[in-house]
Amino acid sequence: MSKAKGKRVSKEAYAYTPGLKVKRAMLVRKTRRLPIPGKVLVKEGDEVDFKTIIARTELAGEPEIVKVAILLGVEPEDVPRYMTKKIGDEVKEGEVIAHYRAFFGLIKRDVTAPVDGVIESISDITGQVVIRKPPIPLEVDAYIPGKVVEVLPNEGAVIETNAAFIQGIFGIGGETHGVIKMAVDSPDEELTADHISDDDKGAILIGGSLVTLDALRKGVEVGVSCIVAGGIRHRDLTEFMGEEIGVAITGHEEVGLTLIITEGFGKLRMSRRAFNLFKSFEGYRAAANGATQIRAGVMRPEVIIPHSEFYEEKSGDELAAGMVPGTPVRIIRAPYFGAIGRVHSLPIDLQQVETESYVRVLEVELEDGRIVTVPRANVEIIEE
Amino acid sequence: MARLRKPKEEMKYILATDVGSTTTKARFFERKPEGWRFVIAGEAPTTVEAPYEDVTLGVRNAVREVEELTGHKILAEDGSGIVVPFDGERGVDLYCTTSSAGGGLQMMVAGLIKTMTAESANRAALGAGAIVMDVIAQDDGRPIYKKIQRIRSLRPDMILLAGGTDGGATTHVMEIAEMLKAAEPKPRLGLGYKLPIVYAGNKDLRPQIKKLLGDVFALTIVDNIRPVLEVENTEPARRAIHELFMEHVMSHAPGYLKLMKWTDVDIMPTPAGEGMAMQLIAKVFKKNVLGVGLGGATTNVYSVFEGKFVRSVSANLGMSYSICNVMKTAGIKNIMRWLPFDMDEEEVASRLMNKMIRPTTIPQTLDDLIVEHSVAREALRLGLEHHKTIATRLKGAKIERTISDMFEQALAETYIDLMKIDIIAGTGGLLSHAPRRVQSMLVLTDAFQPEGITWMFQDSVFMMPHLGVLSTVYPEAAWQIFDKDCLVRLGTVIAPRGVANKGDPVMTVEIEMPNGETLTEEMHFGEIKRIELPEREEAKVTISPRRGFDVGRGPGKRVEGTAMGGVVGILLDARGRPLQLPENDKERKETLLKWFLDIDMYPEDKLKELV
Repeated sequence: MSKAKGKRVSKEAYAYTPGLKVKRAMLVRKTRRLPIPGKVLVKEGDEVDFKTIIARTELAGEPEIVKVAILLGVEPEDVPRYMTKKIGDEVKEGEVIAHYRAFFGLIKRDVTAPVDGVIESISDITGQVVIRKPPIPLEVDAYIPGKVVEVLPNEGAVIETNAAFIQGIFGIGGETHGVIKMAVDSPDEELTADHISDDDKGAILIGGSLVTLDALRKGVEVGVSCIVAGGIRHRDLTEFMGEEIGVAITGHEEVGLTLIITEGFGKLRMSRRAFNLFKSFEGYRAAANGATQIRAGVMRPEVIIPHSEFYEEKSGDELAAGMVPGTPVRIIRAPYFGAIGRVHSLPIDLQQVETESYVRVLEVELEDGRIVTVPRANVEIIEE
Repeated sequence: MARLRKPKEEMKYILATDVGSTTTKARFFERKPEGWRFVIAGEAPTTVEAPYEDVTLGVRNAVREVEELTGHKILAEDGSGIVVPFDGERGVDLYCTTSSAGGGLQMMVAGLIKTMTAESANRAALGAGAIVMDVIAQDDGRPIYKKIQRIRSLRPDMILLAGGTDGGATTHVMEIAEMLKAAEPKPRLGLGYKLPIVYAGNKDLRPQIKKLLGDVFALTIVDNIRPVLEVENTEPARRAIHELFMEHVMSHAPGYLKLMKWTDVDIMPTPAGEGMAMQLIAKVFKKNVLGVGLGGATTNVYSVFEGKFVRSVSANLGMSYSICNVMKTAGIKNIMRWLPFDMDEEEVASRLMNKMIRPTTIPQTLDDLIVEHSVAREALRLGLEHHKTIATRLKGAKIERTISDMFEQALAETYIDLMKIDIIAGTGGLLSHAPRRVQSMLVLTDAFQPEGITWMFQDSVFMMPHLGVLSTVYPEAAWQIFDKDCLVRLGTVIAPRGVANKGDPVMTVEIEMPNGETLTEEMHFGEIKRIELPEREEAKVTISPRRGFDVGRGPGKRVEGTAMGGVVGILLDARGRPLQLPENDKERKETLLKWFLDIDMYPEDKLKELV
């Protein structure tokens, strides 16, 4: 599309999709929090490693409801009278908690505790007794090595480290760590089972444009911690997980490794920037997490590579910055899906696209010099 | 509570927003000599989530779009928010908003009997605009420990507890209450506050409920939802849910405390606003309405049938976040059956997965658009199926039935009869953004399969929730905008119930056009035809179906009625009810192509290039 004379253009656009972070050095802060209050085991200034326990608590055990009135064959209001244990008493599985005697002992009925626990309530309305099972211990570890910069009383702590930080677009599997290892030579190359050997046990393996199903299976077999690749085929992912993904809320899968996809579904070359960054940190220990949540609290998968080689140069509030001519962008929808370029101009007026919709667009100058028009909604900023 | 900052008659500008799960949509209205009109829309990604975690940023960005497009300044220069009232140069006189960001209002409901009080509680929560995460009932077929595990794993915003008629069951209701307490459910947002619970059960139990739950939950007691078995009284529960939504839930969501200060009217859940708009349609036209909001994350279906309003929400059927769940639930083959061209199954799946992980993108190419329309049909179809399980007659004559008996009845007992639905109204991004209105008309028709004579409406640029919330404080303005700028009259679908062989005669339709001319159309099985009839005009139609086909009065019986004109006109649909798609792949694609060409669904040249 040519630039018509007098066409109205914005100097800056705010309505854009924020991009994924691919950073050589930045101050990564992770808030490590217990789901319920507990005891914090570290103090400000402490140095921690991947697996250092930050905080510990106990989750109230599950309640077990015992229908004592029915079991004894008495009215609910009479239950307290027949209880041999009172609220707060500890009970062992099989121990008598209530008994009923009538007709000089001819009728005898006992109710025993079905589980170990503590008597929590005795109801004279329903005749039910609640036994609370022993508490379940819960711990949260540091996930990244670094320094405790803030203690959140009763909750956890904030850990800070200087690191390279690479976000993916989608992942499965939870937090893990390992040594960065390049499995392929170029970001165009597919990662197949042939690229994986027993030496890769515990590694974070970096692939190129695609990870195949056999590579994933080999990864699990060998004990790879995490695989990172540009794309994956839908059917391979479904087969690997054993079910189709419905809603993108992941991180709890137990599939044997953590998987991080940086570009999307299909065969998609990993962004050179991300690939080269991984390459420059080959051999470093890193933390990775596949957890992705696209709705309600966006969370993207990530690889964090702590190091002390470089430090972030730029500072300032990137979020406040909009999209201006020259801003590097990636196109994230057909027909230019995956293409990278720079914002050429930001026409204000709505323009018609092939679907016949009138939408807000931008002109992007692609790496090959072509200038293409795409909806503003279909680009994301590449954060440099 | 509403606190208007200018008398209504002096108002000149109104701004309404909907903070959706994907996009924040601002709508700007102005009083013109002919009345209140919609001026312009501005949209921006919602910023409820990290890294922003401040919903007002997205609102500001959307409003900035409005400012840029109109030149009218709305935001305060010092960044403090929206200027209200209009000071002669800057601002608006009224600002209101709906919200479904961050998952909307998520509730758990509990009742005694699954098909009675629990079902009524479910309907009340849905009617209030909630996503119901689970319905717990004593007879729901799960052992107690499973129910407890489930309650512990859910993090609802609120609980609605019903059970027992007034003077009826007591012990069993208390058992449910004791189970809830023992399970110790935690609120979704903020650990430090008490989880709100609304009790709408047997009034005789109020003191015991208060004693049991009053200390650990933020308890609100309202009138019984089923005072007697024959009556369902959902209004008091619904009102309490809305109040608690503002007081407890919204105030814990990121940025909402600020947003609450900006607005003049209580923030309402988006589906509640949408539901109000659907009820307005039924009220104005005095007809049975089936409405749908096809969103990014959820599909809401509303029915106003003989005065009874029911909403259902399919929480994981949507066009962006949940698009892959549509694929998973419907099956990819069911999505692909609507494509008139070849596309590899893996390619379709990849496109949908990529849409899911980048939910704010929009189709730029025609094939991408057609794929989305195919998904939409399936999401709508599944949404209606679900709605039918909620829109059921009150049960309660006998309570001692087995679970399977009740389940079978629930399926059979819907009162939604497409033949008796007079109006279908659609809203949501995909329908509103359809480049040609005929696309949303056919998508709705294929999914819902209306029977007889059905008037079709849609939201012009997604503002039903905005106008729904506005109608609570300024109904006159809301209706003026609704009628002139929001409610697009698509036209009328005339479709007989029945099937036959391809080419068999189905019906003769005589249409008395507004210019006095009478058109006579002979329709054969498998055909669809579009007849122009402009918006705000009507035509008398006489439909004579062949034997085996029914348009409302029984097979073969002639029916007279009124066709409403619209931007699409009249669709004479003789493709069968249920709709028949050829099983043979080649034939199916040819048939789809013919239908699309016959009604001018897509740009012809581009479409032909694809097939």
